[in-house]
Amino acid sequence: MSILSVENVSKTFGGLKALMSVSFSVKQGEIYGIIGPNGSGKTTLINCITGFIKPEAGKVYFRGSNIKGWPAHKIARAGIARTFQVMRPYYSLPAYKNLIIPLWSPRARAIGGWRGGGRHGDRDTVAVDILEEIGFERDSRVPYKMASTLPTGYLKRLELARCIALRPEIIFCDEVFSGLSASEVAGMVPLIEKLKMEGITLIMVEHRLKELFKVADRVMALQFGEKIAEGHYTEVIADPRVKEAYLGSEEV
Amino acid sequence: MEVRRKERIDRGIKVRSEGIYCVSSPKEMLYVAGPRLLLIAGLLLLPLVLEMAPYWKRVVNIMCVYGLLAISFDFLANVVGLVCLGGAMFIGVGGYMTAIFNVYLHCPVFLAIPLAGLSGALICTVLLLPCLALRGVYFAIVTLMYPLLFTRIIEALNILGGTNGITGLDSFPNPYLENYVIIVLLLIFLFGLRRLMDEDIGLVLRGVKDNDQSVRASGINVAHLKALAVFITSFIGCLGGAYLAHLYMWAGLSLFALDFSIIPIAAVTIGGGGSMMGAVIGTFILVPLSEFLRFFGTFRIVIYCLILTGFIVFRSEGLLTYFARKYDQFERWAKI
Amino acid sequence: MDILVYGIINSVTLSLLSLGFTLVYSISRLPNFAHGALYITTGYFIWQFLNALGLNYPLSILVGIALTAFIGAMMYRLILIRIRGMEISEIIATYAIGLAIIEGLRWGGLRGSTFTLPSFASGSRVILGVSVDDQRLLVVVVGFAVFALLYFFVHLTRNGLALRGIAQDERAAMMLGIDSDRMAIVAFAIGSSLAGLSAALILPLGNIVVEAGYNVLVFSVAVSVIGGLGSWPGAIIASFIIGFAQILTEKFLSSHFQMVIALLAIIITLLIKPSGILGRQKELEERV
Repeated sequence: MSILSVENVSKTFGGLKALMSVSFSVKQGEIYGIIGPNGSGKTTLINCITGFIKPEAGKVYFRGSNIKGWPAHKIARAGIARTFQVMRPYYSLPAYKNLIIPLWSPRARAIGGWRGGGRHGDRDTVAVDILEEIGFERDSRVPYKMASTLPTGYLKRLELARCIALRPEIIFCDEVFSGLSASEVAGMVPLIEKLKMEGITLIMVEHRLKELFKVADRVMALQFGEKIAEGHYTEVIADPRVKEAYLGSEEV
Repeated sequence: MEVRRKERIDRGIKVRSEGIYCVSSPKEMLYVAGPRLLLIAGLLLLPLVLEMAPYWKRVVNIMCVYGLLAISFDFLANVVGLVCLGGAMFIGVGGYMTAIFNVYLHCPVFLAIPLAGLSGALICTVLLLPCLALRGVYFAIVTLMYPLLFTRIIEALNILGGTNGITGLDSFPNPYLENYVIIVLLLIFLFGLRRLMDEDIGLVLRGVKDNDQSVRASGINVAHLKALAVFITSFIGCLGGAYLAHLYMWAGLSLFALDFSIIPIAAVTIGGGGSMMGAVIGTFILVPLSEFLRFFGTFRIVIYCLILTGFIVFRSEGLLTYFARKYDQFERWAKI
Repeated sequence: MDILVYGIINSVTLSLLSLGFTLVYSISRLPNFAHGALYITTGYFIWQFLNALGLNYPLSILVGIALTAFIGAMMYRLILIRIRGMEISEIIATYAIGLAIIEGLRWGGLRGSTFTLPSFASGSRVILGVSVDDQRLLVVVVGFAVFALLYFFVHLTRNGLALRGIAQDERAAMMLGIDSDRMAIVAFAIGSSLAGLSAALILPLGNIVVEAGYNVLVFSVAVSVIGGLGSWPGAIIASFIIGFAQILTEKFLSSHFQMVIALLAIIITLLIKPSGILGRQKELEERV
């Protein structure tokens, strides 16, 4: 039973065809990778599914209901969280306060059992718990630092923590590995696996193929807005069109 | 030659009282609460001090109305990120609504004012709704136009008393009530908004200004949040307008005057934005000043604008930050 | 017939008024809320040169427009350049400068007796069965000339191409060696002189009153929002829509409703297509 299935989603910007009839489906608890060279429409695909831009055609089924055309906040409320490729923390707030916002949302409130307002206390504790889970040292000052002073590695984690706080069923990760050092990525991989163990479905758009292939169950390749291959990563990289798309640009 | 530089060091109490430490001794509590208590006590005593000067008592009333407008501008601009160029809209709508309730429907003063606040806030929020789902300058543009538009409509249709306005509003039963109603309102909303900012919902509103895409991705409807913020602020503004109409016993087109739009903006810029306190300090400087400048007529607006531009360019953090620094830190010259 | 003729005149007038605002916004992304103030300032300057200094008419118009352009450029160079990127400050600063100019003129300059400028052309002729005075015709002719000139300027000259580059992608243009601040100054100068030019053409049709400053601001902002903020062709199309709508309301309702029409049009635009008729803003950027 697939939790999310995307059927023939298309999007054009002016004359540019960003997505041409892309279809795929993801099973519950799976890690699904999306790869492709720059400009192949990966982020556009995420934006279309999560409602940040409206696809022109196609259908997006989440647990059997068509969520295409829903506003972004409603899709998030249904249980689809996402990170942003260009990190978007709340720079004027301390790291743990960043999580108050998703924890305040109707979805997290319903699942977490908070009613109405609630001040500090509860949510702050949960926020620090989530940060600890994602790799912020609880006893250090890091969770209490201003988001604007945190290094990239922590910001990427914070981005993921914001998704976790929403208690989602699916998380779209838009290049969470990019910009990180090899050791930082090595620290992220167990995190991803842990989320999978918890039953969360992950859809990862990634340029760091080596790391992605370690965790992904299935991979899809996009080029110029078209799906060119799908399957286990060994099959995908063996595909001649994928090879051609990546030739010289990326080591596999 | 000896080279020196000025160094600034936080006072010990500041270090302890901010963040996760505990403030226990009376001295430390007074340090934290002192400025607040000073403001509250000062405001409450002001009408008594000015007993001999009824004119200045009236200035205090008007100052508090501007204070309400300034904190609502500050809240919208620096917390939620919406710049409202037409604060006069709130004053005017509030004033006319209370006139309708009081004169046409014969509600007593203390029922008419809250009713005007609520209904006015509702009207303003609905009118501003179309630009809340958008980013950028649209909110500023639309708020700029509404006060002008209201004036034109009232003139053109000759409704609500036309250019003469609605006269015969009830005044307040006694002058002390007149003073203390608005002073207490200002204090309530000042500390109420500051409290709201610390609440979780306040954090979410600050998130909207910081980065609305993430708020959306967290499953929160940004337009609804903004509408809530606009409702709160227009409620505050409309209460001020309703009070003003009863103070003048008249609701007319001058309630849409430019002063109500520009003085709060200038006050926030001078006082320093983001904390509501700066807004109040700004009005307490500007409004008495404008009484001294009464002779200049409309030229006062030029003066506000010049001060405002000067502050934006050269002292964008405002006076409050300056005072806070003097309070929280001591300075000394150190050798390098 | 008179609706058609006066509609066209009114529309060209509106687009002349709003072109300056649109141009400045498209290049510097700054909403110039002082636009109306610059308009009325030019009128005041011309009147002063003409009456107080006794210059001849064409010269005072030229000097007046040049002076306004200078003021606009200095406004950017001295003030706005320091607060670029702080959106709240940008809006407040241009608004405050505009108010300072208008209210300053109300206090110090334009009070007492009525201020009028002589019209250049006093005759009138009959077009399509409607009698039109020559000054209004001149507005239309100059209006179209300005559209054409602007078109050639931005498409054919070096500076114009640089302006277009900045308008499309500021960062990329900066990487190609275009100084975005210098271009913003140029934009402010051109925008202000367009405001001045329209003042010189339109003010002779009536009295110079300070309130015109606010009206011009409201209408030019309305036109450029409806046309799509920063889109020149959009602004021209929008001014034809608003222009005819105004003439129709004036004919069938009353002239008091002109501003109501402008605001209604803005609200409808924001509800239906926030980026305006020919807006280029991306979907992701415009809505929250």
